Amino acid sequence: MSEVVLSRVSKAYGAALAVRDFSLKVEHGELVALLGPSGCGKTTTLRMVAGFILPSAGEIRIGDESVTTKPPYERATGMVFQGYALFPHMTAAQNVAFGLEMRAVPKPEIARRVAEALRLVRLSGLGERYPKQLSGGQQQRVALARALVINPDVLLLDEPLSNLDAKLRHDVRLEIRQLQRDLGLTTVFVTHDQEEALTVADRLVVMNQGVIAQVGTPRQLYDAPRSAFVADFIGKSNFFEGEIAGPGLFRTRSGLDIRFAGEPRPAPSVLAVRPERMQVLRADAPTAHPNAVPGVAKVVTFLGPTTESMIELKSGETVTVHAPTAGGNGAAIHPGEPVRLAWPPEASLVLDASDRAPISPLA
Amino acid sequence: MPSTADLAAPVPRPAPSLARATYLAVVALVFLFMFTPLLFVLWVSVFRNEVVTFPPQGYTLAWFGNAWANAAFLNGFIASIQIGVFSMLAGLALGIPASFALVRGRFPGREALNALLLSPLIVPGIVAGTAIYIYFVQLELWTGVRVIATLPGFVLAHVALTIPWTVRLVAASLVGVDQSIEEAAANLGARPLTTFRRVTLPMIRPGVVAAAIFSFIVSFTDLEMSLFLVGPGRSTLQIAMLQYLEWKFDPTVAAVSVVQIAIIGAGLMVTDRFVKLAKVV
Repeated sequence: MSEVVLSRVSKAYGAALAVRDFSLKVEHGELVALLGPSGCGKTTTLRMVAGFILPSAGEIRIGDESVTTKPPYERATGMVFQGYALFPHMTAAQNVAFGLEMRAVPKPEIARRVAEALRLVRLSGLGERYPKQLSGGQQQRVALARALVINPDVLLLDEPLSNLDAKLRHDVRLEIRQLQRDLGLTTVFVTHDQEEALTVADRLVVMNQGVIAQVGTPRQLYDAPRSAFVADFIGKSNFFEGEIAGPGLFRTRSGLDIRFAGEPRPAPSVLAVRPERMQVLRADAPTAHPNAVPGVAKVVTFLGPTTESMIELKSGETVTVHAPTAGGNGAAIHPGEPVRLAWPPEASLVLDASDRAPISPLA
Repeated sequence: MPSTADLAAPVPRPAPSLARATYLAVVALVFLFMFTPLLFVLWVSVFRNEVVTFPPQGYTLAWFGNAWANAAFLNGFIASIQIGVFSMLAGLALGIPASFALVRGRFPGREALNALLLSPLIVPGIVAGTAIYIYFVQLELWTGVRVIATLPGFVLAHVALTIPWTVRLVAASLVGVDQSIEEAAANLGARPLTTFRRVTLPMIRPGVVAAAIFSFIVSFTDLEMSLFLVGPGRSTLQIAMLQYLEWKFDPTVAAVSVVQIAIIGAGLMVTDRFVKLAKVV
C-alpha cells in the first residue's frame, strides 16, 4: 500500500512559516488536490513530499517508510513539473527511459516499458522527436509518461495544466484522471484553479497562508465550507457582514435580518449565500421563504444554461444570482425592475470570517 | 501580419539613406583595418626576398619549410600546444565548479569571488607576469623544486589566463539552465553526480566547448606572461618568434604566423558552431 502521510509538517524560511503544522493522509489510489492562492504553501508541501525541500518539523511517510530526510533520488515519487522539465537534449523516448536506466532495468525491458508508456499517453510513433519538436500538449504527455513509467509509489503533479490552452486543459485533465484511476495511483495534485481541482480530485485540501483551511470532497467543500475563505475560494458566494442577533437570526451591518439554519459560529462571522440558492421574484409575488429581501435588478446577463442577475438590495448590498435559463423561476427579469430575493434558511451559511480578507461584494 | 494580397504587391525597396551609407562605410573601414595586417602577413609569408621589401622579387613557399626545419619554432610550437592544452584542462577543472558556486551559491563574498576570478582580464600581462615570476622565485627558494621554465610552472601561470574565460562562458550558459530539469533527474533517481553528467553538462556543453577553445587560444597566444617563465630548453612559440626577430627579418616569422592564424581561425570557427561568439564575447 502506498499511502502518503504527512504528520504535523512545517517549513520555516527564517522567521516566516511557509507551511505550518500540516497533517494529511492520502489514501492508496486517491487523488488529492492541494488548492489555494499563490503563496499559500501548496507547492512547498508538494516539494517536501518529493524531497526537494526538507521540512523544518514533522514527518513524511510514503507507504511504510519514513522519507522525511531522504534525498529525492531515494524516494519512489514520479513528478510532473509545471514547465514539464523535459531533458532538452534527449528524445521523448530517452526522456521516458531515463528513470528506468537509473534503476538499472535491463535494456530490452526498458525498450518494452518505454513503448508501453508512450502508448499509454498516446504518443506512439513520436518517441524519436526532441521536446522542442513537440507541441505543449505532447510535451506534457511525455512528462507524464516519464513519471508513470517508473511505477512510482506516488504521482506528484505541480500545476501540470497551467501551460496549456483552455480546450487542451480540459481534455488533458480528464485524461490524467482516467489514467490515475486505471493505474490506481496515489496522487497529489497542486493547482490554484478551483475548477480543475473540483473536477479531478477525490478530495481537496484548501490552503491559506501555510495552513489547511479545510479538507473534504468537492461536494463537502462547496455545500459546507467551514470558513469564509473556503466559501470564497470554492465557487462564488454573496457575503453579508454583520453579527448573530438571536437564535437562527443574523443581522447585517446594513440592518437586514436574515434567517439561517443550524448552529451559529463564534464571531467574527459572516453570512454567505451561493448565487444559485437565491430566487429572483417579482416584487409582488408571494413566497414561502422567510428570507425575502426587496431590491432592483441592475444587470441581467445571459450565460447560456444559466442567467446571471446583479441585484441591488434596498439596504445597499449588491448580490449575484444564478438561475437556470430554461424553466427557472418562469418570469424573465429586466434591468430596472423592482424584485424580491428569496432563499431558504438552509442556504444561509454563517461562517468564521477570521481567515478572510475584508469582504468585497462577490469577487 | 500582412495578408497575401499585401505580399503579392511589389514591395518598394527603402531608399538608401545617407545614414545607412555612412554606417556601411564605417563597417567596411573597420573590417579593412582589422584584416589588412592579416592579409599582409599572408602576403609577406610567400615573398621570395630574404629581407622584406616592397615590391616582392617573386614568390615561394620555402619559408614554411624553413620554419618547420627550425628547432626553436618546432619545439616552441609543441611546448605551446602542451601548455595550452593543460592550461585549458586545468582552467575547466577549476572554472566549472567555480561557475556553479557563483551562479547557484548564495554566500557572503560571492561578488568578490566573481571579481577575483575575472580580474586577470584587467591586469596587464606584464604586471601579472612579473608578479608570478617573483612568486615562483620565492617558491623555488622555499621548496627547492624547480618551477620556472617547467611545464607545470607554465600551466600554473597560464591558468590565471584561462580561468576568467572559463568562468565567464560556463557561468553564462549555466544561468540559462532551468533547475527544475535537474530536479526532474533527481526525481527519477539520478544521484547528484549522475545528474551533472547526464543532464547538466549536456545542457551547458556549448559554454564548456567555447570556454575550452578560448582558454586554449589565450594560452597559446600569450607572450607577456610567458616572457618571464622561459628558460634554456623550454620556450613557447611566441617567445621563439620574438627571439628570431631579434636577429633576422626574413618571411619565416610571417610563415609561422600564418600557421598560427590558421589554427586559431579554425578554432574560432569550430567554437562558433557550438555557440554564437557574438553572444558571449
